[in-house]
Amino acid sequence: MSGAPAPGTWIGATPHRVEDEALLVGRGRFIDDLSPVPGAMHLGLVRSPFAHARIRGIDAAAAVESPGVLAVLTGADLAAVGRPLGAVIRGATEHRVVAVDVVRYAGEPVAVVVARDRYLAEDAAELVDVDYEPLEAIVDPLAAAEAGHVVSDRSFRYGDPEAEMAGAHTVVRGRFPFGRWTATPVECFGVIADWDHATDSLTVWANFQGPFTLHTVAAGALGLPAARLRLLTPPDSGGSFGTKAGVFGYVVLAGLASKVCGVPVRWIEDRLEHLAAAGSATHRVTDVEAGFAADGELLALRYDVIEDVGAYLRAPEPATLYRMHGSLTGAYAVRHVAARNRVVHTNRCPTGLNRGFGGPQLYLALERIMARGAAALGLDPAEVARRNLIPPEAFPYRTPSGGLYDSGDYAACLDDALEAAGYEKQRRHQADRRAGATTADHRRLGIGLACVVEPSISNMGYISLAETPTERARGWPKSGNAEGATLAMNPLGGVTVRLSTVPQGQGHRTVAAQVAADALGLSPADVEVQSEMDTHVNAWTVSSGNYSSRFAGIGAAAVAEAAERLAGKLRRIAGDVLECAAADVELRDGQARVVGQPDRGVSLRRLAGAAHWNPESLPEGLEPGLAVTAFVSAPNLDPPNDADEVATSAAHGFVVDVAAVEVDTSSGAVRILDYVTVHDAGTLLHPRLVDGQILGSFAHGLGPALLEQTVHDPDGNLLTGSFMDYLCATSTEIPELRILHRCTPSPFTLLGAKGLGEGNTMSAPAAVANAVCDALGIDDLDLPLTAPRIWEALSASDPGDGP
Amino acid sequence: MSGFTEVAVTVNGRRYSEPVPDRLLLSDFLRHRLGLTGTHVGCEHGVCGSCTVHLDGAAVRSCLLLAVQTDGFDVSTVEGLAGDDGLHPLQEAFREHFALQCGFCTPGILMAAADFLAHNPAPTRNEIAEMLSGHLCRCTGYAPIIDAIAAAAEAGAG
Repeated sequence: MSGAPAPGTWIGATPHRVEDEALLVGRGRFIDDLSPVPGAMHLGLVRSPFAHARIRGIDAAAAVESPGVLAVLTGADLAAVGRPLGAVIRGATEHRVVAVDVVRYAGEPVAVVVARDRYLAEDAAELVDVDYEPLEAIVDPLAAAEAGHVVSDRSFRYGDPEAEMAGAHTVVRGRFPFGRWTATPVECFGVIADWDHATDSLTVWANFQGPFTLHTVAAGALGLPAARLRLLTPPDSGGSFGTKAGVFGYVVLAGLASKVCGVPVRWIEDRLEHLAAAGSATHRVTDVEAGFAADGELLALRYDVIEDVGAYLRAPEPATLYRMHGSLTGAYAVRHVAARNRVVHTNRCPTGLNRGFGGPQLYLALERIMARGAAALGLDPAEVARRNLIPPEAFPYRTPSGGLYDSGDYAACLDDALEAAGYEKQRRHQADRRAGATTADHRRLGIGLACVVEPSISNMGYISLAETPTERARGWPKSGNAEGATLAMNPLGGVTVRLSTVPQGQGHRTVAAQVAADALGLSPADVEVQSEMDTHVNAWTVSSGNYSSRFAGIGAAAVAEAAERLAGKLRRIAGDVLECAAADVELRDGQARVVGQPDRGVSLRRLAGAAHWNPESLPEGLEPGLAVTAFVSAPNLDPPNDADEVATSAAHGFVVDVAAVEVDTSSGAVRILDYVTVHDAGTLLHPRLVDGQILGSFAHGLGPALLEQTVHDPDGNLLTGSFMDYLCATSTEIPELRILHRCTPSPFTLLGAKGLGEGNTMSAPAAVANAVCDALGIDDLDLPLTAPRIWEALSASDPGDGP
Repeated sequence: MSGFTEVAVTVNGRRYSEPVPDRLLLSDFLRHRLGLTGTHVGCEHGVCGSCTVHLDGAAVRSCLLLAVQTDGFDVSTVEGLAGDDGLHPLQEAFREHFALQCGFCTPGILMAAADFLAHNPAPTRNEIAEMLSGHLCRCTGYAPIIDAIAAAAEAGAG
């Protein structure tokens, strides 16, 4: 094991990942590797080729007669035994897992073939004859708003933005669309469902990622009491980045199919299905207005946001829109802000969790308008940022919209980033190049900044901002974000941990072992961690799962709390044996010793043996058993108040990016010359895993900045239905990322850690857009900044003889 | 419906001789007939590279081959990469450099990298990146994978 530290200091060390060996030798256990029940039939889905159409009829006769087919189920068949999926907002379009009568996006399921194997299921799916009457499709969010397809329209106002705007020296405005893209994992969705008619209950294995609010939604749609929906996840899951929250709809679909057919079923999504129908980030169009004083002080912000959530409001949407609500003012000390938020339906696939989750959209608008403000004032953007960053003495800092930023030294991070990037030198170089440029020189240098606050550990109550205070008052308040973990010591002193954080590659098992080892005076090698979810076994809450970068802040904290309680119990037993106070016992190297008397000790193995085999020997009043389940809840996450203020997240990291790019105006190609990112994520539990998250989230930020987009034509046909068309960033497109760290521990998390898996996905689109716009002197460039798009923009701005 | 063809193929040193449906993909044959689930299927159209295996030592995409096409060939998969004396140097290097997160794309990349290093034992970083551009990894941002392959090359994995 590399990086073995002193006892008790495994947190912050960099041991090898316990996950790796099985994965490296092909012994991972992913959903499609499992056969937990015998005789499962395979599902093949028939999906709509139209974005909007009436289903006049479904002729499944030929499909039913196809070899190996057990049944073909229509939307009506499933509707007869199930219910619509519950939505966050009343009045949203009714959503069933298989369409009934009308399809509303291309790729929507219309029928389910149940067959002996997948090949036969797909054969039969092709034979299902659906008679469609095509209807007009709406794809564009602005057109959807104009047509009145608005499912929520809320306005927010904090401070006095009108007065501040009116008194501003300079007001800049801009429209910043952020199109759809998907973090699409390499492993697609998978579900194995087994309905037991004897008990009227459902057991499902699925590579679902949480949040387990969606367990409740799934149970509702299945018509089951939640205790009769047992949901399990496999030991390994091939990435998610939010996407696999959407698996819950297929849990319902497969569960109902199993119920109707009386057999267990399995469904493994293929890539074409995934790109068409799994989900994506929202398409958001943000109009933003910013008022500045002459010295660069940001006085007021005003947003007008239209958010396309697709054909149905799939839970937890419209969460993408509200996840960042406490951070509308970003990293800046401005006190006056207004926002109008409209959520619209289009004839596109329902949106959902996607790395960054609202952050990329917000920060593209905010950081671009900051750059434009600087340009309008004739100031350097770094100076304008510095002028406005929340000062270190202001923490904990309450934002105008109710966010509570825990800790940070934003200006110091900015200084680190500018220094590492050689910002002044870059600017001088840029000025020299511009001064000496000839018409034959096609290369333009640009420098872009982004300063973003990275929230983690979401408040489960923020989504209710989509309702008015009066509407909210009719329901139950929602708040907080809690997590549980179970630790147990076996009779020989070995430790097992059970997590409910459902990782997809983030190394939760490795870090949990470090955390438990520190509390118990063991090595991580002595701690076995399981991360499979079993809703009948694990300690979980509705907020369990893997999203909002919540593991380091709350998942690991639950392990630490459980381990501390177990350690406390061991100390009490040891104190009894060693005839000292429990407080005088330290756990170290597998021993319980009297502090300061290294030769007076007893092994944990012996203590564990006593607890298991000889409970009569335990101290008076001590509960027998050595299994501890602990829950922790993040503090300060109250429900939204009547002024619509809410602390949307418990912890807030900070990220500063400096991107230097070169744009070739003869081709429109963007090349990143240098990219620096500075992070403050509080205490780092495993610095190598931290950098791994940063590198991955950077790749997921560069993707939509330069390449990736989910494209539908005006009729709603998907044009990016394969990896030949949806261009994921590959190894040759991602430049070297220079990573620096600063550390201001969070006072609000048990271990001082903040989440960090999404920051660069939020910052990179803004930083790259700022750099490219800086290079070209162009204000309006939509992402992704592909060569053809830039070339077209240059042609439009110079209609004479082209770029 | 498809017919069956008798296929004789050696997989990770073990010989199999059995009738196989003509249309069965090699990836499905390996995973579901032989239980070699280390070979992963990410796209089924030859882009993501997760299903990469060796056919007579050459890296191929098992989702683009039919099982019947392997008649008479030697197939090796990620399960055959480690030797009796422990992990392959590439596997060691991946662990050392934190070159995997979810690990779903990893088997295909390991098999491609093994073939690559066999032909180019001392590659530059750019050459590694070019080879790796035929594989999708959504977790790592690729840099740690390039580090690992470079380290394995230095350790003589080729």
